[in-house]
Amino acid sequence: MAIRRGDTLVFPKPPVIAAWAAVGGKKESEGPLAAYFDQLFTDTSFGEDGWEAAESDLQQQCISACLRKGGIERTGLDIAFAGDLQAQCTASNYTLRALGCPYVGLYGACSTMAEGVALAAAFAAQGLVGQALAFTSSHFCAAERQFRTPLDYGGKRTPTAQWTATAAGACLLRPAGAAGVPVLSITFGRVQDFAVTDINNMGAAMMPAAAATLLQFFKGTGTRPTDFDAIFTGDLGEVGAALLQEQMANEGVPLPNHQDCGCLLYDTATQQVQAGGSGAGCSAAVLCAHILPRLQQGAWRRVLLLATGALMSQTTFLQGESIPGIAHAVELGCPEVGV
Amino acid sequence: MNYLWAFVVGGGICVVGQLLLDYTKLTPARILTAFVVAGVVLSAVGLYAPLAEFAGSGASVPLLGFGHLLAQGVQKAVDAIGLPGAFTGGLTAAAGGIAASLICGVLAALLAKSKDQN
Amino acid sequence: MKLNPKQYEEMTKRASPPSPVWKDCLWAFFVGGAICCLGEGIRQIWLLWYDEELAGTLTSLVLILLSALLTMPGWYQKLAAKAGAGTLVPITGFANSVVSPAIEFKAEGWITGVGAKIFIIAGPVITYGVLASWVWGLLYWVMGKF
Repeated sequence: MAIRRGDTLVFPKPPVIAAWAAVGGKKESEGPLAAYFDQLFTDTSFGEDGWEAAESDLQQQCISACLRKGGIERTGLDIAFAGDLQAQCTASNYTLRALGCPYVGLYGACSTMAEGVALAAAFAAQGLVGQALAFTSSHFCAAERQFRTPLDYGGKRTPTAQWTATAAGACLLRPAGAAGVPVLSITFGRVQDFAVTDINNMGAAMMPAAAATLLQFFKGTGTRPTDFDAIFTGDLGEVGAALLQEQMANEGVPLPNHQDCGCLLYDTATQQVQAGGSGAGCSAAVLCAHILPRLQQGAWRRVLLLATGALMSQTTFLQGESIPGIAHAVELGCPEVGV
Repeated sequence: MNYLWAFVVGGGICVVGQLLLDYTKLTPARILTAFVVAGVVLSAVGLYAPLAEFAGSGASVPLLGFGHLLAQGVQKAVDAIGLPGAFTGGLTAAAGGIAASLICGVLAALLAKSKDQN
Repeated sequence: MKLNPKQYEEMTKRASPPSPVWKDCLWAFFVGGAICCLGEGIRQIWLLWYDEELAGTLTSLVLILLSALLTMPGWYQKLAAKAGAGTLVPITGFANSVVSPAIEFKAEGWITGVGAKIFIIAGPVITYGVLASWVWGLLYWVMGKF
């Protein structure tokens, strides 16, 4: 049974992430984490006519790699928690059409990976499932055509804009006792809206949600930032990350060990991604390519991953609504901590 | 000299657009719309014709020139057929550019495929 | 949380890097100027055979065609990522705004995709341009009555 500490659910017998995989596209293959991906694809169209189908292919490649590493067939899956940025989460829907296991569709925008892992962990911790898959993705092209402009349209990005990652991440979770990286606690965030309306400054729109969830987490669990080897935010980018550090310092909880997945996935100085990466695939890929391997190796003992999402739509944006944000946190340990 | 003024005036009009992009929250679509409407207004008050005379393509190639074209077309048509000219003149004058864009668009769709930006 | 929307707006403004205005403007000036200069060259050639009006129209047609040709392999987008308004404001930018959605939305069909979405950016330009010229036409007609 999980223990409730404020908004945080702590698992005395932590379920584990037994296997994981990250796949990415061309820009990701030129980034600093390239060597740690399971697969990288320079042709991001996967030979499909539509980018939506290409994103589904990307997910399926990722899931195949994850299941292979976990040593199970797709028929062995008890449940999948998944979502993506496409309207009605269609990339995941079509992937699950092929996968065929029970499916819980999620929409948490760029926070989906933490949301999925948290739910899968909760199900596994209760012993409700033996093999739970959590995955998400984003595809630059599918996101551009849905949220911004046609890909061949000429436009200049503002310095605060972020680059939607073409990437996917998948995690296979099992109940306590199995080998893997333990999920020590999960925290579902509360929606925060501080009246940011600039769609080219998502990091700023999502920062208050990240700060709110962090404060809830530290208060609920009685921990401090320095109890962790690192605290990762999902995709705040350079602007949002700087704002988060400023805000947390103002709250009296400075974050000396904070890093942002959006700034890790790309080299913002040379890759022309403006303020950094974004998209559901950004934190998913960084989790699976960068964070989980280090926990597995024992290089880190305790890490907090906070994936942030912006919950507006094209319609609400055009209607002048501000951008609500959300952030879900997953606390991860190294294998010895879990036992 | 024709070329120099075309360069300077055309470049200058683009700089105005760039300043609007950088200092306001106007999206490109809004700026294009504003430029065309501004072109109509500048033409109506009689400022654009002298500029077009002076700078040639420097004034006619930017979208302000598209507005100027619409305004001139309307004026010409009103002179010729009266009030109905207010309806027919604009698009008549702009027909070449709009039709060419649409035709190129459909043909391009036939020949090209959407590509990733990296 | 020790934050309110008003404070946050200030904080965001301070944290957000401004656009490099000088660099942007230089790019816009030189690329936009070059496109207009190219237009002038094309116009001078047409003027050898045709009157001002037709030469102007033909110049637009050639620039639109060039823009479409550059849009197809994705080069116009690459140039525009640097040139900003330099590629946006000339008629080539208008052509790009028509051609790019036509290519992009082919996947949604020739009628509901290409045909409908072709106006997604250019539509408002044409709509409000025509509206403004109609208003001017009315005024011009009324002015002609006195």
